Amino acid sequence: MTAIAPTSAIPLRHRVVARRRFAQGAVVSLLLVATLLGVALLVTILSYVIFQGLPAINLAFFTERPRPFGEAGGGIAPSLIGTLLLAAVSGAIAIPVGIAAAIFVVEYRSGRFAAPVRFAAELIAGLPSIVIGVFVWAFLVRGLVGHYAAVAGAVALAVIMVPIVARTVEEVLKLVPNSLREAALALGAPRWKVILSIVLPTARAGVLTAAILAVARSAGETAPLLLTALGNDFFSTDLLRPIGALPLQIYRYAVSPYDDWHVKAWGASLVLVVVIGAVGLLLRFVARQRVR
Amino acid sequence: MSVTMQETAAREMPNGAEPMSQPAADPAAPAPRAIALRTEKLSAYYGGAQAVGDVDLTFEVGAVTAIIGPSGCGKSTLLRCLNRMHETTPGARATGRVRLGDVDVYAPATDPVEVRSMVGMVFQKPNPFPMMSVYDNVAAGPRLRGWKMSRREMDDLVERNLRRAALWDEVKDKLHRSGAALSGGQQQRLCIARALATDPSVLLMDEPCSALDPIATYKIEELVRELSHEVTIVIVTHNMQQASRVSERTAFMLAADDGVGRLVEFGKTDDLFTLPRDPRTEAYITGRFG
Repeated sequence: MTAIAPTSAIPLRHRVVARRRFAQGAVVSLLLVATLLGVALLVTILSYVIFQGLPAINLAFFTERPRPFGEAGGGIAPSLIGTLLLAAVSGAIAIPVGIAAAIFVVEYRSGRFAAPVRFAAELIAGLPSIVIGVFVWAFLVRGLVGHYAAVAGAVALAVIMVPIVARTVEEVLKLVPNSLREAALALGAPRWKVILSIVLPTARAGVLTAAILAVARSAGETAPLLLTALGNDFFSTDLLRPIGALPLQIYRYAVSPYDDWHVKAWGASLVLVVVIGAVGLLLRFVARQRVR
Repeated sequence: MSVTMQETAAREMPNGAEPMSQPAADPAAPAPRAIALRTEKLSAYYGGAQAVGDVDLTFEVGAVTAIIGPSGCGKSTLLRCLNRMHETTPGARATGRVRLGDVDVYAPATDPVEVRSMVGMVFQKPNPFPMMSVYDNVAAGPRLRGWKMSRREMDDLVERNLRRAALWDEVKDKLHRSGAALSGGQQQRLCIARALATDPSVLLMDEPCSALDPIATYKIEELVRELSHEVTIVIVTHNMQQASRVSERTAFMLAADDGVGRLVEFGKTDDLFTLPRDPRTEAYITGRFG
């Protein structure tokens, strides 16, 4: 056996190895193709937006308010300010609420209310954003405030953001090893302090990412703003008046019959993409700085 | 008989460092020592399943008590009942009594947070807070408990406890680097320093060396023997050699067929390893199972 087995075993092993190599190569190529497709899609969209939008970009585009059709020039400054303001206000409402909900679900999961809270977040996340817009319109625009207002837009965006923050932060908190919670509890720390001083700081980068994700998602929303913030061609930072937003501006320009406005719609799209990307990069950089 | 045991004692002590400070069993004149911790009919459950049944144990002040037994005998669960960490597992509960000095640990009026501040704990896997520096890890306990201290006092406290954990010389130049960057053994000693920093009267150690190499293990064992002069130590281990090296008293636990871990034998470590009274203890220490 010892004399024969090696010689007969070698070809067999070669066949197995060859088959494995082939399977390995095939799977890796498939993965590569899928990755390239995804990247190609992103590059196509970005480059097309840049190509179409760049002609609209000049200094006035960022500093001036829109002009009526027929007048040359003009910009989208009120919408830019409006989008930043809406993001800030909706973030200030939604991020703490979302983080609190996630803490509740993860850290107090033995409690009776954790499962219903998670279920509610999933339901809200599943609501079409126009339905949220209609709801806020009925509740604030027709109700409490009485007219179209920036605050109604911010609330509508916040409703969209809460489940995104809650579900993402939930996953991040679950990644914090339980051994750290135990270590802190065993040091004689009360539970709330364990969460605030140990769990959240450990998950800091992930929590920031969740916030960025939610802001970026909501900054691009159009439907709920149509019925709440309405849009405004004049400079305004008054939360109780209608306010402009980049998606609204894009929508209005894009559905217009004028070529000049179409170019401006592409320009505004480019600005929206760059603003969201820049906020993301900035916060990511800040997060990395503080982890070290 | 006592000659045999004294010889055994001398053999068990490394380098004959302090073989006589604790004279081997002489029933006529037992050194009376205060009881730091006592359990009475302590049982522990996970949901409906009982894990520990009716354990009566006493832990003497300033002594090292080892809890040994095969996997699943409830020794870690028992340890976690002593500082009410057991109940932090969802669905877990304990019945019976634990007395810590004059504190009734499971009395309804007793705050588990207070209990845990008097009883420190070191876990199986080193678990320094990864986003904190070495310094901040040691300072974590006082800070989490809201102690008001000046910068200077905190510096002193950190240095003192790193020295107590025999880690100071190795980390004094990298106090502000991440605690997660240390080696496994250093991380575990950092965790010991962190647990000591709040001055607990009892230190619970749950298989503190099972994730460490032999040299790191040796250092921890040496540390345990030294620390036993200032703090009562309860150490859970599945390593019988370790129990015989570091402890004065040993409790042997075993899970019965019903899955409930019970105390089989408790006594002086030398007695338990040389003249076990229970046949199950003898079977375990001679390696017939577990």
